[in-house]
Amino acid sequence: MASGIPIEISGLSKHFGPVTAVDDLSFTVQPGKVTGFLGPNGAGKTTTLRVLLGLEHASAGTATFGGTPYAALPRPLETVGAALDANFHPGRTARNHLTVYATAAGLPKARVQAVLEQVGIDEYADRRVGGYSLGMRQRLALAYTLLGDPGVFVLDEPINGLDPEGIKWIRGFLQSLAREGRTVLVSSHLLSEVQQSVDEVVIIAKGRLMKSGTLASLELDSAPRTIADSPDRPALAAALDAAGLEYTEGRSGFIVDEPDPAKVGHAAFVGGVELAALHRLRSGLEESFLSLVGGGDES
Amino acid sequence: MSLLRAIGSEFQKVFTTRMWWLLAILLAAYVALMSGGFGAFLGWATENPDAAASAGGATPVPPGTDLAPLLYSFASSVGYVFPVLLGALAVTGEFRHKTLTPTFLAEPHRTVVLAAKFVSQLVVGAGLGVVAFAVSVGAGAAALAGFGLDTGLDSSDTWALIGRGVLAMALWGAIGVGLGVLVVNQVAAIVIVIAFTQFVEPILRVVASLSDVTASIGKFLPGAASDALVGASFYNLASLGSTETLEWWQGGLVLFGIAVVATVIGGATTWRRDVS
Repeated sequence: MASGIPIEISGLSKHFGPVTAVDDLSFTVQPGKVTGFLGPNGAGKTTTLRVLLGLEHASAGTATFGGTPYAALPRPLETVGAALDANFHPGRTARNHLTVYATAAGLPKARVQAVLEQVGIDEYADRRVGGYSLGMRQRLALAYTLLGDPGVFVLDEPINGLDPEGIKWIRGFLQSLAREGRTVLVSSHLLSEVQQSVDEVVIIAKGRLMKSGTLASLELDSAPRTIADSPDRPALAAALDAAGLEYTEGRSGFIVDEPDPAKVGHAAFVGGVELAALHRLRSGLEESFLSLVGGGDES
Repeated sequence: MSLLRAIGSEFQKVFTTRMWWLLAILLAAYVALMSGGFGAFLGWATENPDAAASAGGATPVPPGTDLAPLLYSFASSVGYVFPVLLGALAVTGEFRHKTLTPTFLAEPHRTVVLAAKFVSQLVVGAGLGVVAFAVSVGAGAAALAGFGLDTGLDSSDTWALIGRGVLAMALWGAIGVGLGVLVVNQVAAIVIVIAFTQFVEPILRVVASLSDVTASIGKFLPGAASDALVGASFYNLASLGSTETLEWWQGGLVLFGIAVVATVIGGATTWRRDVS
């Protein structure tokens, strides 16, 4: 196995005519962890990955593997395994698809059977890919990344199209790669899709870096809040004011800037107000993700 | 070293889908029909000049014409469209099925990939040439022998013609790569190949033969250059083309030049673009 090396994006920009797809983007992806590369559709994730892999030219800046651009890697498939889009010649079998690229990269033929077994499609390997389901194509794309047993994995939306069993499988798979000390970068437009498998997040929107850090740090960004409601809202408002709590009024009650519901309940008790609802506001992770990327998908 | 690996990969790409044998079968059937069919007709006409004259109006072949090279050269004079198609598909298929991504990930040096396609399609074209000449010689010689005419198979000239024909087919395969990388849209490339080889060039060759000035240009048309390289063609017999032709080696150089120039221009333009 090749050792994990960091992915280094520095001042990267990519323009398509007047459109700026990636705008002065810098971040580093470390080995030994699964890093989620997150952002809404059209945020520039795929473009960043394509430039990183030498498929598109950068307008400015650099994207390297430990300082070496993809095209300058002496043995690319044995250094980086990348799956961008699950596109294959429909008339070629999975085994032949992998054999073609194993030959080009000078890898032994035994690797083809090994990776087919590793992703669990060896049973169907001699069928033409045109008849494959989306989930099987995703697995074949993963098999391609494993051919050279590389230390770095770059996967664009690998969970898209997988069934629940496949999602469970890939989560364990990504974690095991990271535990072996490899660098794993996984893009997704849904935080919820990857939040159970990533350790670090890099969040971009409109081509710009919004946040880079641990998943836990993203959680801290959005302090949990409390929702409280009463049949007599003006009285509850007065009680919250008296207790010095900040709040905004929503459809289902007051959203109070206080992580502990007990304190809000106490304020109501002191004010003699009857409560109809009192609970902690959940899903802080998703909320802080959406606030970072500007409220959701734009394209 | 990486070029050898890339060439191996390109051969696997050709032989792991069905297109190559579909085209090989079509090529064999087409050439067999033309060579065997014309061979039988010309043999009959030579044996019965009076009947042929009354049926067709005129004797199709000047007396004393050596029929064998004409029949055998059908392999390249009508078959050359097949290696061009296969060569063009080797490039346009990568764009159509978006397989340039795994291809360039496995070999990031794009020039190496294109050079490998050029070389592999030279060899594949030669292979199609062997198939085509096996069929044209088999069917043509059978027809000639059936009418007791000379098959020319004991003549070294015939075998030299076959060898030059296989070379021509190889060069057409490389021209296909050049065309494919210039016109990466698969449908457009196929339409151009069919339209040019079946309609545009035959018409141009006839028109060019009408005056001496245009004839000296027309001999550089790729089909004319190919016929010059092979050394025989029914075009000359049917007076469709000019009698003015290049030397065989000049014809070969013209074909090779077209293949190289098209591939280099395509390699410097479409092949360098962002892959999406």
